[in-house]
Amino acid sequence: MTVDDGNSTQPAPPSAATRDLERYAALFAARTEGMRSSAMRDLMAITERPEVISLAGGLPDVSHMPPEMLDAISSAISRDAVRALQYGPTEGMAKVHEAIQVVMAEEGTQADLGELLVTTGGQQAIDLVCKTLIDPGDIVLAEGPTYPGAVPTFTAYQADVRQLEMDEHGLRIDLLEETLAQLDAEGRRPKFLYTIPTFQNPGGVTMNLERRKRLVEIAHERELLVVEDSPYSLLRYEGEALPTLRSLDGGQFVIYLGTFSKILAAGLRIGWVAAPRAIRQKMNIGKAGADLCSASISQVVVEAALSDVDLWRRYLDELRERYRGRRDVMLESLEQAMPEGATWTRPDGGLFLWATLPSQLDTTNLLARALRSNVAFVPGRGAYVDGRGGNSMRLNYSGVDETEIREGVRRIGAVVTEQLELYGDLIGEPVPQRRRVDHGAAPVAEQAPGALVQFPRRRAGER
Amino acid sequence: MRVAVLAGGPSFERQVSLAGAERIVQALADLGHRAILIDVGRDLVERLTDARPDAAIIVMHGAVGEDGAVQAVLEALGIPHQTPSAAACRRCWDKAITKGLLAEAGVAVPEGVAFDRQPFTALGAARALAPIAERLGLPLVVKPARSGSALGVNRAADLQQLATAMVGAFSYDDTVIVERFVAGREFGVSLLGGVPLPPVEILPQDGPEAYDFEARYSIGRVKYECPAQLDDATGALLTETAAKAARALGVTGITRVDLILTPEGVPTVLELNNVPGMTDTSLLPMAAAADGLSSAQLVARMLPGA
Repeated sequence: MTVDDGNSTQPAPPSAATRDLERYAALFAARTEGMRSSAMRDLMAITERPEVISLAGGLPDVSHMPPEMLDAISSAISRDAVRALQYGPTEGMAKVHEAIQVVMAEEGTQADLGELLVTTGGQQAIDLVCKTLIDPGDIVLAEGPTYPGAVPTFTAYQADVRQLEMDEHGLRIDLLEETLAQLDAEGRRPKFLYTIPTFQNPGGVTMNLERRKRLVEIAHERELLVVEDSPYSLLRYEGEALPTLRSLDGGQFVIYLGTFSKILAAGLRIGWVAAPRAIRQKMNIGKAGADLCSASISQVVVEAALSDVDLWRRYLDELRERYRGRRDVMLESLEQAMPEGATWTRPDGGLFLWATLPSQLDTTNLLARALRSNVAFVPGRGAYVDGRGGNSMRLNYSGVDETEIREGVRRIGAVVTEQLELYGDLIGEPVPQRRRVDHGAAPVAEQAPGALVQFPRRRAGER
Repeated sequence: MRVAVLAGGPSFERQVSLAGAERIVQALADLGHRAILIDVGRDLVERLTDARPDAAIIVMHGAVGEDGAVQAVLEALGIPHQTPSAAACRRCWDKAITKGLLAEAGVAVPEGVAFDRQPFTALGAARALAPIAERLGLPLVVKPARSGSALGVNRAADLQQLATAMVGAFSYDDTVIVERFVAGREFGVSLLGGVPLPPVEILPQDGPEAYDFEARYSIGRVKYECPAQLDDATGALLTETAAKAARALGVTGITRVDLILTPEGVPTVLELNNVPGMTDTSLLPMAAAADGLSSAQLVARMLPGA
C-alpha cells in the first residue's frame, strides 16, 4: 500500500463503517495544503485548563454589560421575536446599518448604506475580502507581525503574503514603497495591503498621522487597495484619536472592516465592511454563498444595545477605564518581572502588547515550559507566515483581572529568567539580570546568530 | 464488553489523543462493544469505579498516558488494558533509560548522552558542551527525555545552536538527550501482542529532517510507504530488531518501535511508543491496514484478553 499525499493505489478500505480517513487526503483541494496542524495550536489547546492563567486569549471583558442594556436587549428580542428568528437580508438589517453609521461616526468616519455589509464577525469580513479579491498566488501585503487569525484566511486562499516591518509609529511606509517598487520591477502588483493601523494586533502600536496620510496618497497614486481592519480604535484610553484611513481616503481605495466584538459583545459575531460599492456588491454575493445572512437575533441585539447611544458610550468609557488599569498593571508587572534584554510595546489602547525576548529564546518552546508553570501566551510565530517571530510573544490584558495579570506576568518572567540563566550556563557566559525597559520598542523579530534551527516547522504560506 | 476509552487529559498531545479516541470508539461500536469515552481528569478513579468497565483502551499520548501513571491506576483497580505494564511504560517513556537498556541488550541506538538539568548546570555545563560535540560529532539531535511526537526536538549544527536547542528541550522536560544525528531511512514497526506488522517507511515531503510534530499529524505532509520497499532480509532484520527491543524493555501487548536504517544497514532504534497514535495519519492503523486488518479488527486485537 502506498499512501502518497492521497494518490492511494489501495482498493476500498476493508471496513466501510470505520473508514481509514487518511484516504480522504486524495479528495482535499489544493488550497488545504496550507491548512496544517501546529505544535502551537496543540499547546494552545491546554491553555483552557482552569488552573492556567491565560494571557493568550483575545477576549474582551463582557462581564460588565450595564443591566439597562441587557434589559433593552431582552425586551427587544421578545418584542421583535419574529424578525429575530427569521432570515434577514444578506447585507444586514437596515437598523444595524444605522447603528454602524453611529459607531463609525464616533471615529469621524462616514459610510453610505450602499457601502455597508454586515458580516459574521470581523473574521468573515477578512474572509470575504479574500474571496472577492484573491486568486492563488496573488500578493497580499501585511504588517509583520500581523493578526494571527488572518494568517489561515490568507493561506486558505493561497495568497502570497509579504510581511512588512513596523516600528513604534506603525507600518514602515518606506518599506512599503520599497516593496512596491520592487514588485513593479518584477511586473507584479499586490492585490491589497492588510493593515490594523490602530492598536495593532499583535504589535500594540499605532500608525501615526503622517504615515496614514502618506499611505492614503500611495493608495491613490498606485490605485492600491488598503484593507483597514479597525476592531480596537474606539478602545483608546490615552492620547489623541487619529483619523481612520477611510476618512482620509474618502472611501475610494480603503476597505474598512469593523466589528462589535470589542465594543459590545464578541459572542454576537457581528462585524461589517464599508467598501467601495462595486467591491461591496461582489462581497455581498460572496456572503450569500457563505451564510445567506448573519444571525438575525444577533442583529436585533445590536440594534437594541445601540438604541440608547449615550448608554453605549458610557459602557465604552467603562471598558476603556478597565482596560487602561489592566494595561498599566501589565506594564508595571513586566518591568518587575522581565530580565534585561526583553522589550515590549506600550499600547495607547486595544487589548494586546507584544513582547520580544533576547534572541536565543524560542517562545514556542517557552510556552511548553510556561504551561508547566500554569501560564500561557501566544508565541510570536503565529503572527508571521515566514517563521519570524520566534522570540516574541503576544500578551493580552483585556480578558484577565489585575491579580491574574500580576501573577501571570510574574510566572512568565520567572521562566524567561530561568531559560536565560540556563542558556548562560550552557554557553559559559553570565546573563545580565538588570531590568531595562525599552518603551515603544519596535515589534521586530530578530534573527540571532544562535537562533534555533528547528526541524522545519512551517514554510511560507503556512500557519 | 464494556470498554473504557481513556483519552484527552492534560498533555500537550491532547488534540491528537481525542482524534484517535474517536476512531476507537467507532470501531468498538462496530464490534458491538459498549464504549465509554472518558476525558481523563481528577475524577478518573470515580468514573472508572462508576463505569465498571471490563477493559480499558488508553489513547493518551504524552506524559499521563505513556509514562505508566494511568497504567498503574488501572492495574490497581484490576482493569486490564492494551498497553504494556506500568513498569514497562516507565522504561519506555524515559528515552534516557530506554537507550541504556537497549544498548545493554545489544540493540543499536544513536550514541548520545543524557543530562538532568540541575546536576548538569551545577557541574559546569559550559565546559561539557564542546567535548560532547567533538565526541559525538555535529550535527546533533537534542530532545527531551520524556516527551512524545517530536515536541521540543531540535537539530544543532554548532555549539551556539546546541545551547539554544538544549534550552528548548529543557522547556519540555528536566532531562535532555543529546545524541548523534543518525542518517538513514526511517521506519515504524508496530507489534501487536509480539507479532510484528509490516514496517511503514516515513518519507517526509519537506526533506529528510522534517518528520516533526506538524508533519506527524497533518495529512499530506509525509508520504508513507507500507509495506515498505525492502528486501526480505532487511525487512526481517527490522522486525526482529523491533521485537528484540520490545523484549529488552519487557514490553508486551501493543507498541510501535521507531527505527532508522543506516546506509550501512544497521537498524538503529530511536524509541518505543506504547500508546501509538491512532489518528488518520498514524502509522499503526496504516500498518494494520496493510496487513489486512480493518480499524475494527485492529481494535479487536488491541482489546485485552483478545
